[in-house]
Amino acid sequence: MSLFAKSFDRLKGALRKTRDILFTDVRTLFVPGRQINEQFLSELEERLLQADMGVGNTDRIIAEVRERWRLGKIRNADEARSVVREQMLSNWPPEARDLNFAPAGPTVILVAGVNGAGKTTSIAKLAWLLKEQMGKKVMLCASDTFRAGAVHQLSIWAERIGVEIVKHKQNADPAAVAYDACEAAKARGADVLIVDTAGRLPTQERLIRELVKIRDVCARRIEGAPHEALLVLDATTGQNAIQQAKVFGSAVAVTGIMLAKLDGTAKGGVVLAIRDQLKIPVKFMGLGETPEDIAPFDPQLYIKALFGEADLTEAMAR
Amino acid sequence: MLESLQTKFGDVFRGLSGRGRISEENIREAMRDVRTALLEADVNVKVVKDFTDKVQEKAIGQEVIRSLKPAELMVKIVYDELVELMGPVDTQIYYVQPPPTVIMMCGLQGSGKTTTCGKLAKFLVGKGHHPLLAAADLQRPAAVEQLRTLGEQVGVPVYTDDTKVAPHGQVQKGAAVAVCRAAIAQAKQTGRDVVILDTAGRLHIDDELMGELREINTQLKPHQVFLVLDAMSGQDAVNSAKAFNELLEVDGLILTKFDSDTRGGALLSAKLVTGKPVKFIGISEKPEGLEEFRPEGMAQRILGMGDIVGLVTEAMTKFDQDESARLQAKMEKGEFTLEDFMSQMGQVKKLGPMGKVMGMIPGMSQLTQQMNMQEGDVEKQMGRMRAIYDSMNRKERSKPDLLDGARRRRIARGAGVQHSEVSQFIKQFEMSRDMMRAVGGMGMMGKLKLMKHLMKGDLAGLGMPGGPMLKTKKSGYMEKKDRNKKKRR
Repeated sequence: MSLFAKSFDRLKGALRKTRDILFTDVRTLFVPGRQINEQFLSELEERLLQADMGVGNTDRIIAEVRERWRLGKIRNADEARSVVREQMLSNWPPEARDLNFAPAGPTVILVAGVNGAGKTTSIAKLAWLLKEQMGKKVMLCASDTFRAGAVHQLSIWAERIGVEIVKHKQNADPAAVAYDACEAAKARGADVLIVDTAGRLPTQERLIRELVKIRDVCARRIEGAPHEALLVLDATTGQNAIQQAKVFGSAVAVTGIMLAKLDGTAKGGVVLAIRDQLKIPVKFMGLGETPEDIAPFDPQLYIKALFGEADLTEAMAR
Repeated sequence: MLESLQTKFGDVFRGLSGRGRISEENIREAMRDVRTALLEADVNVKVVKDFTDKVQEKAIGQEVIRSLKPAELMVKIVYDELVELMGPVDTQIYYVQPPPTVIMMCGLQGSGKTTTCGKLAKFLVGKGHHPLLAAADLQRPAAVEQLRTLGEQVGVPVYTDDTKVAPHGQVQKGAAVAVCRAAIAQAKQTGRDVVILDTAGRLHIDDELMGELREINTQLKPHQVFLVLDAMSGQDAVNSAKAFNELLEVDGLILTKFDSDTRGGALLSAKLVTGKPVKFIGISEKPEGLEEFRPEGMAQRILGMGDIVGLVTEAMTKFDQDESARLQAKMEKGEFTLEDFMSQMGQVKKLGPMGKVMGMIPGMSQLTQQMNMQEGDVEKQMGRMRAIYDSMNRKERSKPDLLDGARRRRIARGAGVQHSEVSQFIKQFEMSRDMMRAVGGMGMMGKLKLMKHLMKGDLAGLGMPGGPMLKTKKSGYMEKKDRNKKKRR
């Protein structure tokens, strides 16, 4: 629960920075007592689109608000806001967002994503969370052997957090690194093995196949592995994220999304469409640059963040 | 999702052909489709609104050119407007005297700055420059090492100073400036004429790191500042682009990761909010994956449509007019020889890589994917055709009917291809010739109809190589009944 309370703080902090720069100021959108009219609806629509919610979801939500307004069921901005919230939450049914651990032996977490999504930093966060908050013995696997400096980057994080790392040289076969890491995890009794992979675009079929190979190697070395396949999604990504989720999803059966870089002004609203279409839950949010800046995903909190700070203080009071 | 806008417009304007004007209501309806297309391409919602308003204004009351259908005209208006918005094109890098010219890269984390630094260095080397890379990203673990490796790969020296690398979670005041300053000094000493500064990625709302950038900017006054933008960025691209531009007075944009299947609408947002030209487009992870920006392809990509208008316009500007007139005359007389066939193919080749030309034809981009064509396959194919042609003697070229089995075998040996490929080549030529005869007498309308056939994926129709060889679904060039119709006309 302490982790939870902290994430409120972080989100709030992130939002404070956001406030000055946002194109649309949410506070003027939901001014207390503001009546719903066409102007309000178009501002609301803009706001949802601005959050990368996508045309489909936005149209649906706006249509719902408009319909209820037309029927006289809602009148002011506050009521509209609850409709929006309710609509968005309906897309996020309660579901398991906890990590799936192996019943026995090491749990393998495969981490994938496009170039620059924030995989390595997210792994550092995850490792910190598992080690410091959950008391697990964590081991990292440096299977990004492609990008210059990637192995080194992960090694630095491993050292800072104080976890073990299995690595080969740059340009080594990433599946071979995974093989060794699985063996090492078993031999040294690690609870969790987090596998870093090179960034790849959904269009690069050869690299997607390479990812499948890494997964297969893990599956062969450790029963049930990978127990989690996390897709790291940059919150600044637009509608292409759906394609990413589709391709990675079908290649390695993604079990969850880590939404990185939520501390900026971008909100990554595209995850709603991904949840809708592909049923992939968001499991974690990345809220900053240090390993501690990680929080379990909470739809309520996330939606509040979309709408501004007033909501958050209200949530914190609760 | 990649449904072409043209089809959508076609629906909107169905039954309207024949009228001289597009009504306001039609346009409004069409604009809703444009809006959706742009939003799905991640163009910022405000930008979309301005854009659709402007296009709507332009389109209302426009005469429909007789030969074009309203849908086609609408697409053209939208397309032209998009191209205009993305211009003016300026891919120049401005060098200073005395050297070195200092180029500073900035952008969000993970946008691809370091990789782009390597690519830009390679690009400059190709232009005869002698760049020096400066590793001023002291924040991200191992960023310095990454740049060092990239420098080695492209054969460009890298200035690094490991003692300046920031300890975990801290920003060392002045360290990045010191690294940049030392790099510039080294460039002067060693005669490097361009210095590329790789700075740390940062959020545009991170005061501390933005302060560091401002410090580099004010103290070292880089000659050019490039903002690196991820092609997959969403709506927020306007905010970050705006913030960087306000702080640093950006000189140009570089779009990265464009080899993803994103439509890259964020570029349009960033372009408009900064008012700065797009310089380069980054494709592939290879060091040579950097191209100078051209707005035409971008417009069609953002609209998610095959760019038939662009193809026609481009064809008109690039085709040798005299040559085309000569071919036209021959076509009308029904004298179309192998020589003409090859010359025509040369013309088509001028349009650019075949893969790109194919991508311009609606429906073709998906088709090429289905056929699993590799980049360069078509070019290879053309090379083989050229070889076959070169292995013929003059008499055979002007009178292909001479080509019996023995001659074909000889040619195959000469060109180093299979016997069957020679036959295929001749068959393609014959189809092309037949079609040319059919097209010869056609007016604009007929040609547009022909275009429609092309859209259905009938490559052979353009006299392009490919139809049968690439195993498209329809190997013929035109359905028979259509051909008869043309003949009757």
